[in-house]
Amino acid sequence: MDVGIVSYGGYIPRWRIKPQDIAKTWGVDGDAISRGLNIVSKSVPSPDEDVITISVEATRNLLKKVQIDPKDIGAIYVGSESHPYAVKPTATVVAEAIEASPDLTAADYEFACKAGTAAIQTCMGLVASDMVKYGIAVGSDTSQGAPGDPLEYSASAGGAAFLLGKEKVVAKINETLSYTTDTPDFWRREGQTYPKHGGRFTGEPAYFKHVLTCAKNLFQRTGTGPEDYQYAVFHQPNGKFPVSAGKKLGFSIDQIKTGLLVPRIGNTYSGAVLLGLAAILDIADPDERVFVVGYGSGAGSDAFDITVRDEIENTRTDKCPTIEEMVESNNFVDYATYAKFRGKILM
Amino acid sequence: MGIPRFWRETPSRYNLIGTKCGNCGTIHFPPRVVCPSCHRKSIGKMERIHLSNEGTVVSYSIVHDAPHSFKMQKPYAIAMIELEGCCRLTAPIIDCDPSDVKIGMKVEATFRKLGEQEKDDVIHYGYKFRPARSER
Repeated sequence: MDVGIVSYGGYIPRWRIKPQDIAKTWGVDGDAISRGLNIVSKSVPSPDEDVITISVEATRNLLKKVQIDPKDIGAIYVGSESHPYAVKPTATVVAEAIEASPDLTAADYEFACKAGTAAIQTCMGLVASDMVKYGIAVGSDTSQGAPGDPLEYSASAGGAAFLLGKEKVVAKINETLSYTTDTPDFWRREGQTYPKHGGRFTGEPAYFKHVLTCAKNLFQRTGTGPEDYQYAVFHQPNGKFPVSAGKKLGFSIDQIKTGLLVPRIGNTYSGAVLLGLAAILDIADPDERVFVVGYGSGAGSDAFDITVRDEIENTRTDKCPTIEEMVESNNFVDYATYAKFRGKILM
Repeated sequence: MGIPRFWRETPSRYNLIGTKCGNCGTIHFPPRVVCPSCHRKSIGKMERIHLSNEGTVVSYSIVHDAPHSFKMQKPYAIAMIELEGCCRLTAPIIDCDPSDVKIGMKVEATFRKLGEQEKDDVIHYGYKFRPARSER
């Protein structure tokens, strides 16, 4: 399988809020929550930002790094659990906004936080079978936590887009596999504004079981171990789970820290592991290897073994900011402004 | 704004597509079918072109009494912008404090939600502008 990443792009809204400012509103200890989650701030979308605008921005940043004809893009899939429409695709707007329309297929995906990695796998299949020349996979979310719920301290906004193809590959995907079960750890029923979750049940039987099993399966299939990779990135619902999962698999903090964005921008759900991967690709050198494991509640994991190629240098451009620059470009808001931005004030 | 009218304007709102008169060379935005200067001499000669995503603030105003669709974003700056090498247009300046907007400020186009009639209606998207990277 000679399919890989041809280009990539990300987008993170510039507004931030601190856990302490959320906690103050609800009368709880913000410092303790910040320490417990290992989150010092989370991103907040403007009132005029949603999954469609974030997906378009990420995809346009992707196109700034590569010279291809958008008409060669044969598929666009956008993974999210916060699509603005229940019925009407996000992907069609993205296709129109990058002038890839109309000769392509497009659809939206939903699998909690791993819809973006599922979209990558779909595009890999289409490219490998020569059904399309290039495919774009986007993972993007403006996730919501109910007021006062523990999720409110982490649920944030952002997204990343990946162009998959056989030509001009900057990072080859050597292998991918998945691990999927019916595990009800987190859900949102049709018509409900906010999701619900199983509390501690989201840990061991959900996140850790799927991430660790999927990772070990990938080690086994590729005949590799943690020592074969310079970078590792895991889905990051908070700042502790991915670090713990990485350590259990034998990875060091040095291997994990580049892709660990959640302490500064919160959990961007479908965008989380993909933004982490994009941050790694921003600085990775040729021949370095990246281990990626996403996770989506419900539940499943997708894992990828990736090798960076010499062509990665071609993506280094000043036409768009790096992920690190986006993370550091921020303005903080108070809880009242946050509540207004997120539509939590009913008028 | 009705759905058909907005839908017809999607190319220009999403991708800043204007027209260039094949007779006098004037660039128009929004796109025009006939050049207002050359009239029938321009018929069949209006070429669709991509305008620059970068521009400079020529003038601006800060809106404190906003229409319904923008009430969650007030106060906000709305500016006349000179796009590089072509024409002028009017757009909101976002991602900054309105008091930071200045004449001569470099800005770049971004893709944002423009509005919706009601919560269950079609959402309209298009260009807004934000400070260029050199201004941030």
